Amino acid sequence: MENEAGALSRVAGLFSARGYNIESLSVAPTEDPTLSRMTLVTSGSDEVIEQVTKQLNKLIEVVKVIDLSDGNHIERELMLVKVKAVGADRDEIKRLADIFRGCIIDVTDKSYTIEVTGTSSKLDAFLEAIDNSAVLETVRTGASGIGRGDWVLKV
Amino acid sequence: MNEELTGAEITIRCLQAEGVDCIFGYPGGAVLFIYDELFKQDKVRHILVRHEQAAVHAADGYARSSNKVGVALVTSGPGVTNAVTGIATAYMDSIPMVVISGQVPTNAIGLDAFQEVDTVGITRPCVKHNFLVNDISELAITIKKAFYIAATGRPGPVLVDIPKDVTQQKMSFTYPEKVSMRSYNPVIRGNLKQVKKAVELILSAQRPVVYTGGGIILSDAAKQLTELVKMLDFPCTNTLMGLGGFPATDRQFIGMLGMHGTYEANMAMQYCDVLIAIGARFDDRVIGNPKHFYNENRKIIHIDIDPSSISKRVKVDIPIVGNVPDVLKELIKLLKSTKEDPDQTALAEWWKQIDLWRERDCLKFDRQSEIIKPQMVVEKLYEITKGDAFVTSDVGQHQMWAAQFYKFDKPRRWINSGGLGTMGFGMPAAMGVQLANPKGKVACITGEASIQMCIQELSTCKQYKLPLKIVNLNNRYMGMVRQWQEFFHGNRYAESYMDALPDFIKLAESYGHVGMRIERPEDVEGALQEAFKLKDQLVFLDFITDQAENVFPMVPGGKGLSEMILV
Repeated sequence: MENEAGALSRVAGLFSARGYNIESLSVAPTEDPTLSRMTLVTSGSDEVIEQVTKQLNKLIEVVKVIDLSDGNHIERELMLVKVKAVGADRDEIKRLADIFRGCIIDVTDKSYTIEVTGTSSKLDAFLEAIDNSAVLETVRTGASGIGRGDWVLKV
Repeated sequence: MNEELTGAEITIRCLQAEGVDCIFGYPGGAVLFIYDELFKQDKVRHILVRHEQAAVHAADGYARSSNKVGVALVTSGPGVTNAVTGIATAYMDSIPMVVISGQVPTNAIGLDAFQEVDTVGITRPCVKHNFLVNDISELAITIKKAFYIAATGRPGPVLVDIPKDVTQQKMSFTYPEKVSMRSYNPVIRGNLKQVKKAVELILSAQRPVVYTGGGIILSDAAKQLTELVKMLDFPCTNTLMGLGGFPATDRQFIGMLGMHGTYEANMAMQYCDVLIAIGARFDDRVIGNPKHFYNENRKIIHIDIDPSSISKRVKVDIPIVGNVPDVLKELIKLLKSTKEDPDQTALAEWWKQIDLWRERDCLKFDRQSEIIKPQMVVEKLYEITKGDAFVTSDVGQHQMWAAQFYKFDKPRRWINSGGLGTMGFGMPAAMGVQLANPKGKVACITGEASIQMCIQELSTCKQYKLPLKIVNLNNRYMGMVRQWQEFFHGNRYAESYMDALPDFIKLAESYGHVGMRIERPEDVEGALQEAFKLKDQLVFLDFITDQAENVFPMVPGGKGLSEMILV
């Protein structure tokens, strides 16, 4: 979409006005600074998704809409988790982070801050694997997606 | 080097360049520089309304009756919030319109300044698009884009919010000849493969119906529609927004369809085998409950410029996205080139069935009544104006009777708020219609409840000598509310009685207009004739009508098309 003030609120407003749900939304400018790319995760029947796509296309600032889940695609989300880490738990948490290919990016004597990247379901799995009472804080970016292979989304 | 102009001058020069001859507005602090420039020129005429809602409705009526873009000018804050009802009305009915609003100076935005509102935020859900012009260098191109977006594709209102300091700054001015936007490219031609499929389906039809809406009117496709329907000898029904798209006096016209549509139109919709929907959107007031609609099998062709209107409430078989007249031309061309015809025996059988439905005479009413029946007033209005008036309406029972009993043979003659259902629309819209058609006969069919929602515009009509004929069907009730309360709420008429009504005659006279009260059926015709003889005067005709009259047929909310309540 056009990288213009207010474009994001049109998308968000459309979803709330028509009763569609937004599971996650991530947006930033692209290599062309006049354009922003947004990855929006939503759910609904085929009819609802068809309407969502058509309604988004109608927004003047939206340049192009594709449904990444129509084809092969790659999806990544970044999560930062601050967990309680004292005593024997410190090693256990480090091992778990390694298994999920996470990195510990900040350390105090009582806590770790772990960075995990992957599909949204992988991040969910990591949170499930960690003892719930140890989690102090989480922050997630929402998914970003891109098509697989040589196929390119061009304007 | 071009001469340097202020933002206010640029705004007016842009309007002139767009060929705007008439705008509707109300001044205020944030737009004073723009008004100052309006004052210094005479190409753009400004009509001063008495409330911003009326400015937008008037611009709307102007646009609907002329196919030009309507323009309204309002100030910041309350000027804009008053305009919102009008903007939402135009949005729901896809009316091309540009609204220019003043805004507090850029350095005051966000500081809760006097008369500041987030105009772009407030209007976002009810405009096709809106802009805040932060920089004078963007002003001309933004206004160009606004007119382009408003008038192309599926039309709609576009708002341009201009901060006061931008109207003061100076800049060299050239009006862009053209505008192109990578993110906005409305489709014109329909997909030829789809049009071919449509032709095949049309040729296979045994019980066809052509169902058309406001899209025919907005895209000026009445000529092509009429040619297509005549050529095929198919029955044709129009929605409330589509009346006039096909001549109502033609044998092939089966009336309006929907909640208060005719028995024959609704039955034909329900039991057809091929439905050709053009510039219509299968909304809840048209097809009722979609589940009930699905009880019968039929194939549907849907032609519309807006892809999101297709398969929204009803799944269709052959969607064609494109500009309606262009698609119809293509369709007619292909049909002419084929040697086949639809099954004429089946079509004759279908017409026989439709004629049987017609015999129900679903719009009958008591013609011997000693109290004035509202239907009779509309019929007489039709006769006296020879079907050639511009008719606006407000919202409620009178609106439905106007739609049922005034036979519109031409497009852009029937002007009403179909989508939003805005009471108060009728008189200001009629002002816009009269200004766009100075020689036209303009009648506003209204009720005593609706008319009071913008009654202040009697003053505007006086100032500009607009000789409207206000046909007030006065039953001392919010009639449609009363009807629903009678049918669905056990005759409990909660707050629907209009107590303490003004004396409309004296009210009209106090503004310098002519008022007439008509209480007997035998006086209706004479009063209307006299009113239209007063060519230069606004005449307020207060018809005292039957309080108990209901609009029939009626498809109750949530019911199916064949589940009508009949007289």
